[in-house]
Parts: sequence; structure tokens; C-alpha cells
Amino acid sequence: MSDLSFATGGVRNTIKPVTAPRVQARSPAAVAETEPKIVVKDLRFYYKKFEALKGISLALHDKRVTAFIGPSGCGKSTLLRVLNRIYELYPGQRATGEVLVDGRNILDGGQDLNLLRAKIGMVFQKPTPFPMSIYDNIAFGIRLYETLSPSQLDERVEQALRRAALWDEVKDKLRQSGLSLSGGQQQRLCIARAIAVKPEILLLDEPASALDPISTQRIEELIAELKSDYCIVIVTHNMQQAARSSDYTAFMYLGELVEFSETETLFTHPKERRTEDYITGRFG
Amino acid sequence: MGLYLRRRAVNIVYLTLSWAATGVGLLILFLILWTLLRNGIPALGLDLFTINTPPPGSRGGIANAIFGSVAMTFVATVVGTPVGVLTGTYLAEYGRGSRIAPVVRFVNDILLSAPSIIIGLFVYELLVVRMGHFSAWAGAVALAIIVVPVVVRTTEDMLSLVPGSLREAAIALGAPQWKVIVMVAYRAALQGMLTGVMLAVARIAGETAPLLFTALNNQFWSANMNAPMANLPVVIYQFALSPYADWQVLAWGGAMLITITILVLNIVARALASWSNRTL
Repeated sequence: MSDLSFATGGVRNTIKPVTAPRVQARSPAAVAETEPKIVVKDLRFYYKKFEALKGISLALHDKRVTAFIGPSGCGKSTLLRVLNRIYELYPGQRATGEVLVDGRNILDGGQDLNLLRAKIGMVFQKPTPFPMSIYDNIAFGIRLYETLSPSQLDERVEQALRRAALWDEVKDKLRQSGLSLSGGQQQRLCIARAIAVKPEILLLDEPASALDPISTQRIEELIAELKSDYCIVIVTHNMQQAARSSDYTAFMYLGELVEFSETETLFTHPKERRTEDYITGRFG
Repeated sequence: MGLYLRRRAVNIVYLTLSWAATGVGLLILFLILWTLLRNGIPALGLDLFTINTPPPGSRGGIANAIFGSVAMTFVATVVGTPVGVLTGTYLAEYGRGSRIAPVVRFVNDILLSAPSIIIGLFVYELLVVRMGHFSAWAGAVALAIIVVPVVVRTTEDMLSLVPGSLREAAIALGAPQWKVIVMVAYRAALQGMLTGVMLAVARIAGETAPLLFTALNNQFWSANMNAPMANLPVVIYQFALSPYADWQVLAWGGAMLITITILVLNIVARALASWSNRTL
């Protein structure tokens, strides 16, 4: 129980202490500088009858990067997709347990999902620019929840593109289709679009796996840059990427959270045999 | 004979047969076009577009029929397209995973392949009998019923081709579903959906059977949608079967006009489709 008290310690007292017996999560013991932004408790996820997540508990910290690693099918993307409830688009998928964002369980009914999702940005494996101009790609999300004057909107678009390190490359062709950009640029456009709405959490689902090494490096630099403002969660296949860009790492295997600790600890002194086998390349 | 030689021989035989089949198909198509042009071009002239259908033996054109076809096709497209687009949107977006959607899709497929004469008879019973007379409205309704399933099908297909990741990306920004559909999915599928509407127009432009029971025909100029109205397919049907040579020439002219219009519509639709493939 002692390691779990960490997960709940910083959150408001509306949260009951975890009593679920099957919790296997290990929260990082040493680094507790920031508040947990998201607390997951005994999360189970089902694709029809198949249990894809088998009681996950962990805490995701504000202004920190947490990486989910593990072999294909281990549930890391599924876990990410629960955090903004985007799985609900598909019938037959459901989650039980608790996912507390700022202390509120988002799995409860009565949530305005659109408002929740506006607070949680998401970037996908493949770049997904909308079939509209570069400018409108960014403005789309802003216009959803804010009414701005044209000059204010221009400013916000520029700001977002600058933060995503894309401004210099596109400032002269904002009216061109977002689809005209290269893959790496498209992905940065998607990141710009996600941060333009000023979310508090950023979910990245293998954001660099479809990109070349140079674009990957730029995305990683960007993650390091954005870390100061967001709670960032990144799913990755690439262990080097997790080691390079995250503060905490969760290793998942077959729907279970095997080990969760500071990235350095996990990669240098893994406690679990399965973690060690995976990070040393013995399977996966 | 070695295995290699045998394969070569089989290949040559097969290739020859394929070429022959393709040649026959193309030959028939070109014969049709050639016959149309050879017989239609003599009818071509200002008269064809400016004078109404004449009594046998007088100077005339098919102006009233051209107008009638354009008017009824226009009304049918304007009425049928929104219904088709909305139904297709339901099937591809809102109805996913519902139990009604497969039923709607099945019924739509039946409608898609229903003989057009049945649709003509249906509208005859529904409107013509009750109104007591043939009318261009009834003709437009019959044509609209043909437009709907075509547009439903293409809209659904085109929206289904929009990658789910695009929808997820919009929803992840907090966009409500209708905005995702209108601002993202429609945009991505726009050219394909337009292509579907074009194909539907091409389809109804040449329909005869449903109009025989609904709009019938009119020898005079009429822009009154509540009265019988001349139209190209029925005029062609009537004039081509007549014993009068001048009427037959006009029928050829009308046939050529419809064929060229449909050809152009199909080419535009294809151009739109390939353009959409490139931008997506």
C-alpha cells in the first residue's frame, strides 16, 4: 500500500484511497515533485469479451513525460485511448475502474466528452491533417470553443505553429492544403493543432513511428520543449525514444502493468524479470 | 513440348482471347457512337434547339423536350440529392453499429436495382391517378426516386473511405459529431460525393420508362410543372417509332444530344474522382 499512497497523495480529498487488491502498479518512489494530473485505478478494458487491460493503476504527472512501452498488443495504445474516452466511438468497447483527471472520474456518466477532449490533446501514429488549409487546420480546434477576432486568431495560429517548430517552414503558405506538407511537417502540424486549443494533457500515440530519423528527432525535441507546460503521455515502440524523452516509463505486457518507475531506474535497474528481458531485447 | 513452351502457348491463346473480347466490346460501342453521329449530325442545327416538336411534315426541333428534360432532371436532382446525402451520412456515420443501418442499406440496394418502369408505375399510382392528370412534378418525383439510392450508395461509400483516424483526430480536439461530419468528413469525401451526384444525373437523363407514366409528353412549349411536359427520352421513343422521316431525324438528334451529355457528365465525374484521389 505504501507505494500507492503516492498515487493519491497529491490529489484532492474527493478520492477514496485505493483498496483494490489486484493492483500491481508500482509508482516511482523518489521523484514526486509534481502533482499527479491523471490517476488511473484498477482500470479494466474490454473489446467485447476480450479483456485488454487487466486492472491498471498508475499516476501520470503534470509537467512530466510518461512513456508506455511494451510489445504489440500489450494494451499501451488502449490505455492511452481510455484517457480521453475516444474508444467510445466504437461499439463493444468499454472500460471499468477509475480514471481521475484533476480528481474527477472521467469514466462516470454525466461528463461532457467534448469539453473533456478539448482539455486533452491527442496526436496519432499517422499524421492526420484535415483536408483544409494549414491555417484552418490549426484554427479548426480554436474556433470550436473560442470566438476570436481575426487578428487574435492569426496570433493564436502563429503561436501554435511556432511552438510546434513549424512556423518558419509554413508561414508563407498558410493557405495551402495541409496535405501538401511532408510527413514530418504534417505530424508537427497535428501537434500544433493539438496545442492550439491550450489543452492540459497531451497524448501521443507513437507520434514518430511513421517518420524519418530527422523528423523523429525534431518531434522529440518538441516533446522536451512542451514538457514544461503539459502532462505528456507517449506510447512508443521505440525503447531508445522512451529512454531519451520520458521522465517515467511504464512497461506493459499482455494487458498488465508490469513495472512503472522513473525512466532511468526502469532502464538501468528493472525490478521485474520480464521488464529486463524486454528492454534487453530478449523478446518483444 | 516443354513446360516453358506450353506456358507461352497458353499465354498467347489467353492474350488473343482477351484482346478479341475487348475488341468486340469497343467495336459495339464505336458502332453505336458512329451510327448516332452519322444520323444525328444532319439533325444538328439552330432549329433543333429553338423550335418545338413539329407535326409531321413541318419544320421543327426539340426545344420543348430539351427544356423539359433539363427542368425535370434539375428538380429531381435538387430533391433527391439532399435525401440521398443525409441517408448516406446516417449509414456511414450515425448508424454505424446500429441494427437499422443494415436494413436501410439492404432496402436501398433493392431500390438501386429496381427496374425504372416499376418506379414509373408507382408514381403513376401515387400522384398521376390522384391528381387526375400527367404532370412534370410526377416526372420529377419519379426521377428523384431513382436519384436517391445512387446518391445514398456513393455518399456512404465515399464517407466510409474517409480514414477513421481523421474522425478520431477531430473528435480528440473536442469537436461534436456533426461538426466532424460537416467540416472534416464531408470535405474529405466531397469530390467522391459530387461524382455520385453526377452519375445519378447521367442515369436519369436517359430514363424513359418512369416518364412515360408520369410526365408523358407535350407537343407544345410548356414550363408548367403541373402539366404534362415534353422530354427527350419520350420524344425519342415516339419519334423514332413513327413512320415520318423528319421525325426520325429529330429522334436521332435527340439521342445524340443525350449521349453526348451523359458522356460529358461521366468524363467530368471521372476527372473529379481522380482529382479527389490525388488530394487525399
